[in-house]
Amino acid sequence: MKIVVLGVGNILLSDEGVGVRAVERLRDDYILPPEVEIIDGGTSGMEMLEDLAHADHLLIVDAVRSGQQPGTIVKIAGEDVPVFFKTKLSPHQIGLSDVLATLVLTGEHPGSTTVIGVEPESLETAMALTPTVAAQMPKLVGILAEELRALGLTVAGKA
Amino acid sequence: MGTRITIDPITRIEGHLRIDCEVNGGKVTKSWASGQMWRGVEQILIGRDPRDAWAITQRICGVCTTVHAMASVRAVENALNLEVPLNAQYIRNMIMTAHAIHDHIVHFYHLSALDWVDVTSALKGDPAKTAQLAEGLSSWNRNSKHEFAAVKERLAGFVGTGQLGIFTNGYWGHPAMKLSPEVNLLAVSHYLQALEIQRYANKIVTILGSKSPHIQNVAVGGVSNPISLDSQSVLTIERLMAIRTLIDQLADFIKNVYVVDVSAIGAFYADWTAIGGGVTDYLSVPDMPLDTKGTVFDTPGGYVTGGDPATFKPIKAFGDPYFRDGVEESVKHSWYKGGKGALHPYKGETNPDYTDFQDNGKYSWVKSPTFYSKPAQVGPLARVMAGVATKHQPTMTYLNKVIDTVGALAHTKIPLSALHSTIGRHAARAVMCAVDVDSLSRQWDLLMANIAKGDTKTFNKPTFPKGEISGFGFHEAPRGVLSHWVVIDNGKIKNYQAVVPTTWNAAPRNEHDAIGPYEASLLGTPVADPERPLEVLRTVHSFDPCLACAVHIVDSEHQEIVKVKVL
Repeated sequence: MKIVVLGVGNILLSDEGVGVRAVERLRDDYILPPEVEIIDGGTSGMEMLEDLAHADHLLIVDAVRSGQQPGTIVKIAGEDVPVFFKTKLSPHQIGLSDVLATLVLTGEHPGSTTVIGVEPESLETAMALTPTVAAQMPKLVGILAEELRALGLTVAGKA
Repeated sequence: MGTRITIDPITRIEGHLRIDCEVNGGKVTKSWASGQMWRGVEQILIGRDPRDAWAITQRICGVCTTVHAMASVRAVENALNLEVPLNAQYIRNMIMTAHAIHDHIVHFYHLSALDWVDVTSALKGDPAKTAQLAEGLSSWNRNSKHEFAAVKERLAGFVGTGQLGIFTNGYWGHPAMKLSPEVNLLAVSHYLQALEIQRYANKIVTILGSKSPHIQNVAVGGVSNPISLDSQSVLTIERLMAIRTLIDQLADFIKNVYVVDVSAIGAFYADWTAIGGGVTDYLSVPDMPLDTKGTVFDTPGGYVTGGDPATFKPIKAFGDPYFRDGVEESVKHSWYKGGKGALHPYKGETNPDYTDFQDNGKYSWVKSPTFYSKPAQVGPLARVMAGVATKHQPTMTYLNKVIDTVGALAHTKIPLSALHSTIGRHAARAVMCAVDVDSLSRQWDLLMANIAKGDTKTFNKPTFPKGEISGFGFHEAPRGVLSHWVVIDNGKIKNYQAVVPTTWNAAPRNEHDAIGPYEASLLGTPVADPERPLEVLRTVHSFDPCLACAVHIVDSEHQEIVKVKVL
């Protein structure tokens, strides 16, 4: 089994980098089984083809603008995932959606895809998350761990 | 008054680019290129440790991660007059050439070929005739009737679902699409094969850079790859042999498929060798250093004016004052506070001043760089010009192969001047991709030979003096000349500017109101149907635009709302 946890976003644009920060934190704080691959995708596209090919499940973490209060954590799953990509709520998804469309063409697309999103407060040029979004980080990383457990994996926090 | 066409955004590129054209009598008579994103990354770097700048700058763009890392360490090394051990040069060179190869293959097959190749027509192609055609062009072992039949079947299944997916935004059936169903089937088959092959190039970057897309192994003063031929965790003989195999597979595809396909498409669209030229002053820099100081290079670079290689002025070394003193950027037509005239990058400012799109005023987030006060075109075509001027053997070998193949297929003699065109840029990219894979192979040999001599040094420790120093680093990136400029005061960054390839090519009008390379290249372009301006896209795509590093996100509040579950 291959499970990919993909953090996407630009860490130079404050809350835009929340996905990357979340997967770093997941990797640092949890003991993950070998079938889980953590990928810091940044804003890249076709470079991720090999990493995402043949994943049984893809868990994407990203800044998502869905009109909620800043810091709100949302989940997009099932038939809403393609709609999510179509509306391009986040600027770098043009790359990621192209990668996934390409994997459909090559017959290597992930078995299922879930997006965990965080409503950003600021996309200004800065390397730190806003306090609002940073405060949500423990909850966010906990949700990612729960998502992995729901797939039947053993995920324990590091002591 | 003609028809005004606004294409916003240009698709199948990285970042957000808007192109405006005025069309009169079926041809473009006036044009504007506008970057719709703002780049403020330079401000993040101020006050930081120069040794960290490379890791931050590689986050500017998702496509060009490694290139910013390389230009950044070179800028700091230049400021410190720091030499780089040979092993580190070779390892960096291998990462750079592998990255460039990845970029070129993806650009041609996956981002721009669909401007010329009609996917829906490929469904009518006859596999046997396609195989006959392909076997006459190349000895590639995956050009069989069986392979083409399988692709056709797969494609029919895909299109039959009603979801064109990755092919959705094509101009299928456009009158400017001229290839036969068989040539289209051949190209689509190679599109699919290229999806596999490009991963080999990325694997090389991953092995050497520890990770991809963001490499981890670069350092000011060298690389952090320990070399030990018998240890498991480092650059071992096993890993180096794996890279060798990948290089050979890439070389086979590039020489027997990519170069051949570009030649064939060039021949079938020979009229496009007379369209899309524009600015014919070309700037490139030498790269793939073969010594510790950066004075001897595997590929040449310099400045050519008027499209004439005889005018070539070489750029000779890292730190060459001829390059350093020639570069300026104007913001007269860009959304930044100006009024000081064109500024040298050491003095560059990035303070936003958005006005809306003004045809005769400010209209882009991209600054307008000049070389000795003139716009310059950068990219693989500029490298080819430098290669012709210096009689660089690898460049001449593959350039002659392309010119001969196009000539034979089009039954005419192709002059060198045909390169100053939309098709010429694609041909030049394929030529340089072949040059790069040979260079990659050579860097591998050099690294192995140097290690065999007992040299395992990969790093020279930097020390920062008190007071102010400045430096610049250049890199001949896949899209052309990239330069980073740094001013360091007491060991901290005081000013930082990145002059990126797309800034050169997508430049708006400059201090003297002269138009930039994209804008100039569009003048005279025929437009059959202003509602479907495929011809404009062909020329813009031929530059391989990458606006993400030229720039920031435009917020769009009007977004359709997706159903989300709040957690």
